Amino acid sequence: MKHSIINKLNMNKWLTFFVLFSALFVSCTGKKKAGSAVSGDAAQKVYVAPGKYDELYLFNSGGFSGQVSAYGLPSGRLLKVIPVFSQNPENGYGYTEETKPMLMTSHGFIPWDDSHHPQLSRVDGNNDGRWLFINANNTPRIARLNLSTFTTEEIIELPNSGGNHSSPFCTENTEYVVGGTRFSVPIEGDLDVPINSYKQTFKGTLSFVKVEKEKGTMNLAFQLLVPGVNYDLARAGKGVSHGWVFFSCYNSEKANTLLEVNASQHDKDFVMAVNWKKAEEYIAQGKGKKTKAKYAHNVYSHSTHSATSTMLEDVLMLDVKELKDICYFIPCPKSPHGCDVNPSGEFIVASGKLAAVIPVFSFKKIQDAIAAKAFEGEFDGVPVIKYEAALAGEVEKPGLGPLHTEFDDKGFAYTSMFVSSEIVKWEVATRKIIDRVPTYYSIGHLCVPGGDNKNPYGKYVIALDKITKDRYLPTGPELTQSAQLYDITGEKMKMLLDFPTIGEPHYAQAIPAELVTKNQVKAYKLEENKHPYLTKMESEAKVVRNGKDIHIYMTMIRSHFTPDNIEGVKVGDVVYFHITNLEQDWDVPHGFAVKGANVSELLIMPGETQTIKWEPKEVGIFPFYCTDFCSALHQEMQGYLRISPASSKTPLMFGTNVAAVEKK
Amino acid sequence: MKPISRIIIAISALLMIGAYFFPLWLITLDAPQYPEGLSMSLWIDKLAGDINTINGLNHYIGMKHLSTEMFSEFLYLKYIVAGIICCVLLTALSNNKKVLLGLVIILFVSGVVGMYDFWQWEYDYGHNLINTAAIKVPGMSYQPPLFGYKDLLNFTAGSFPDVGGYAVIIPAFLIVFVFIYEWFFTKKK
Repeated sequence: MKHSIINKLNMNKWLTFFVLFSALFVSCTGKKKAGSAVSGDAAQKVYVAPGKYDELYLFNSGGFSGQVSAYGLPSGRLLKVIPVFSQNPENGYGYTEETKPMLMTSHGFIPWDDSHHPQLSRVDGNNDGRWLFINANNTPRIARLNLSTFTTEEIIELPNSGGNHSSPFCTENTEYVVGGTRFSVPIEGDLDVPINSYKQTFKGTLSFVKVEKEKGTMNLAFQLLVPGVNYDLARAGKGVSHGWVFFSCYNSEKANTLLEVNASQHDKDFVMAVNWKKAEEYIAQGKGKKTKAKYAHNVYSHSTHSATSTMLEDVLMLDVKELKDICYFIPCPKSPHGCDVNPSGEFIVASGKLAAVIPVFSFKKIQDAIAAKAFEGEFDGVPVIKYEAALAGEVEKPGLGPLHTEFDDKGFAYTSMFVSSEIVKWEVATRKIIDRVPTYYSIGHLCVPGGDNKNPYGKYVIALDKITKDRYLPTGPELTQSAQLYDITGEKMKMLLDFPTIGEPHYAQAIPAELVTKNQVKAYKLEENKHPYLTKMESEAKVVRNGKDIHIYMTMIRSHFTPDNIEGVKVGDVVYFHITNLEQDWDVPHGFAVKGANVSELLIMPGETQTIKWEPKEVGIFPFYCTDFCSALHQEMQGYLRISPASSKTPLMFGTNVAAVEKK
Repeated sequence: MKPISRIIIAISALLMIGAYFFPLWLITLDAPQYPEGLSMSLWIDKLAGDINTINGLNHYIGMKHLSTEMFSEFLYLKYIVAGIICCVLLTALSNNKKVLLGLVIILFVSGVVGMYDFWQWEYDYGHNLINTAAIKVPGMSYQPPLFGYKDLLNFTAGSFPDVGGYAVIIPAFLIVFVFIYEWFFTKKK
């Protein structure tokens, strides 16, 4: 009781401090109006004429929508929402028999998650435009999207994790994508423990998911068992620091309640430097321990147009307490969030959300400190390098609430400031602040195209904001979140555009368009379709009864279904519509919906086969139709299904443009 | 005949072999919703290009389903071209102006018959429509142009020789020029 009163006092003190400090800051800098923040030629710089293409793709996380959205830059035009961790009735993802396995987990089918950090695949430290990875925060998973089809191709669950936040950051050649537990949880032995035994029983894990070079297939290569703190963000080393990954950690207090106060007590938390090449050496020596774990691995094939879900049983675990030279802690001021590596790989910029400076660590100094054992002690069995021994220098008075830093091609860094709602530009070599610009409002992550690459593309910085308030026409209490585009080609950053986003634009990555457009698939080839219920031509369309199961092998082409008259189906049957789109032309999907179906529509791409399951519950004639305006005769693209009573003797009949024909 | 005339005629025969390796004729279709364009090429023994897409569009207006099988010409065209090439070679060997006159007549007749045959197919394809077609525009027919461009509803259709076609047409004209040269501009021996 007494304990919690002290906490409340503490909290009040903190809040007062923050409000005062923020107020002071605002009054010092003067309130900036949006109008004055836009320069005269902004419209020209973001105008992409009708029919012209944007310069870049921006892959924006949907945050709590669980999806990924693709925008064009500099126009800010929304191109597509790609379903990943959430069901999407718009195209049937997560509703069709083929895609339902994508959302399977060890906890069963999950229709939603929270997607945070898109991460483009890379070769030699630069984005290659092949895949996009993104994490599921709530039920820990990593997804891989194929950018030739803009579809989710694979999802792997991460066991022994209590929230996959520091993920799926990608090593220099996409050797691994990583995951780190945001929540530490009990992992081994008895899991039914008191929550306040946190300090003794809770552990963290860092997952290393191997990515196959050609196809991108993921497998959980190993997990590191690490101290029970909160792992927040990560970035892989590159160039000189290739072979390492850096994770930011908060809650070194190991609090299990009221973290906003109790996890904000220490002056310093940590950045954890992880030598994954060393971990690989230990594994080669057989030092890893196979431990039981249950996790799903879901793979979608564009050949069968179907996903499979496999439940895996074990994972290779390495305990960093025993294998000492894999992990090192570096003290870092107050609850670091971003943990970002500059293009050369030499500097690691950690952003303490509550810190007054931005520390910049030197990879070389870290290596020297490890060699000289310049440790100040251990934390839970992991050596802690002396702060000064790892530090290259600090960025002084950057602003309030530094969160995340990305880099341009000219040696500058851009750090987002959540509390002071601005972007701060500073020079990496001198750590001098060059410029600052307001964001609208409360920026979280930011994105410089290629900003985590060896060779950043630069040119723009995109602010990803949590709050919009008065920025757009109001839409009731629930408002959109937003992104702003700034020109960074000059010394001063200039705002060009402000646009709303889907869900929460938690983080985004941008890539020159031609790296993605060159691989685009226009239609799936019918002759390569290996779906078990494929109907390759209209003459092969049929309806088959197998006990209570009715399998309808249907085709669609402008502008009819075959068959479009079906009789002989009864109440109590389970009907599967397996529909193949016979079109082979660009941009001719067809949709399918049947009255009373308890699932979404189907949206079937040319050459693709998809299935919905429908259980008729009452007698009657049930219309079905094409939902995607496909041609001048789209409205004629329809059919009827007759449902008879369970006791009916109506034989199974079907046809198009003939009287429904009785089956043999 | 002058040696140069015989050499040109022989080279013409060789050029005509191109008809076997390249499409003879190209029909293009342009419409706003097909920015990438649609095309169909006629080879010596087959149809190629966006045939399925064109069939998909044309079924609205009741045009027949295009396929290689609908043209019996594809069965014998390769032999006709082979015959013509032989005639051209024989003319070069014969060194006889009367034979050359015969060749020009053969080429002329083949060209006229070939184009008439093509026109006749186009007429049938464009006029002979299935009467249950969904879209019927009174008085409208869809005969593609024999040569050049023509607007057909929302499409602009174009019809031009392709590489293989030029491989026959250009040598044919060369032979006519040689004939004119030999017949009117060289002294009789």
